[in-house]
Amino acid sequence: MAEVFAALTTSHLPAMGAAVDLGKTRDEYWRPVFEGYEFAKRWIADARPDVVILVYNDHATALGLDVIPTFALGCGAEFEPADEGWGRRPVPVVKGDPELAAHLAQSLILDEFDLTLINRMDVDHGLTVPLSMVFGQPEAWPCKVIPLAVNVVQYPPPTGNRCLRLGHALRKAVASYDRDLRVMVWGTGGMSHQLQGPRAGHINSDFDARFMDLLIDAPEQAASIRHIDYLRESGSEGIELVMWLIARGSLTAKVRAVRRFYHVPASNTAVGHLILENANE
Amino acid sequence: MKEYDDIPGTYVFDAERARQGYHLNRFCMSLMHEDNRKRFKADEAAYVSAFGMSEEQVDAVLGRSWNRMLELGGNVYFMAKLFFTDGRSVQFACAQMAGMSQDAYAKMMLSGGRSPDGNRYKREQNDG
Repeated sequence: MAEVFAALTTSHLPAMGAAVDLGKTRDEYWRPVFEGYEFAKRWIADARPDVVILVYNDHATALGLDVIPTFALGCGAEFEPADEGWGRRPVPVVKGDPELAAHLAQSLILDEFDLTLINRMDVDHGLTVPLSMVFGQPEAWPCKVIPLAVNVVQYPPPTGNRCLRLGHALRKAVASYDRDLRVMVWGTGGMSHQLQGPRAGHINSDFDARFMDLLIDAPEQAASIRHIDYLRESGSEGIELVMWLIARGSLTAKVRAVRRFYHVPASNTAVGHLILENANE
Repeated sequence: MKEYDDIPGTYVFDAERARQGYHLNRFCMSLMHEDNRKRFKADEAAYVSAFGMSEEQVDAVLGRSWNRMLELGGNVYFMAKLFFTDGRSVQFACAQMAGMSQDAYAKMMLSGGRSPDGNRYKREQNDG
């Protein structure tokens, strides 16, 4: 049987991807960020997931103005890295898992999550930067990736509670798949940042630390954080953190944080990263 | 008044702003294509006239008035296409939106970013 055995969360800002692509990861500015992901690289080499369900948001790239799905599952066989205005990132094509995605779609929709299904789309930095942070620069990504795009660009994003419940439903859906697969769910985006207006540059390390604490040990409490509190406390773009709750929800009630990393700044953003493993059952 | 209207220096891109900014953001999206970037750079005023933007939006785009663009329904992830067309970074634009030099802004970020203290409610700033 398939199982979600662990989850990973990480910021996904494009500047980290650019640092990888331009060979700057050892520069004074970037070194502390990339050293923070060395553990993840070692851990994932042992953990060897077959499939990553990668929760991210599109940044006005494939999903712009015309269609704005709250939750959209990538069901295609492959997804090209997008040209976001400065050419495609030099990273491998993302290989999907259409069979598992079809199973997830059916299971989740009957579980009352009314997903949008996408067979063709390009994936932007929101999806490819986390892969680069964890896998480095391989010739091909070492596992299949099912994109799960969440609208966090046009307010309101789904509530934290809805995201946590979707995570629970994902766990069930994966467990009812009759092939032996080791599956991870990654939640990306955040942590505190604001990329707009006179308050641009907003960082709230206290909020971020508390969010990580709650996500690990009291996810229901993390899920009850209201949108107004994300906006006010973590910045207008910090609200992306609701996506971390999908990853958390896909694990057991108790988890073990085997990795916790936090660093300010990367460009305009607080970088946060967790690896969580199931701790009961 | 919406509950987030009391956050200082922040334009929440809600459905109302998205409606208001539809043409503005559509213009920004068009800059994802190299041909369009070339045409835009060759004659900005002529290029932007084809998108159905309001006069205020056109002025904000041509003047690179980022905060005004936000106020008129622009969203940063769309506007980023214009930053990149100009050969500028998001941090450059953020510094301008914050009314700071890029150097001062970068230093603020290196020292931990803009503190939330005094920046949660508009009234804190009026009192200050």
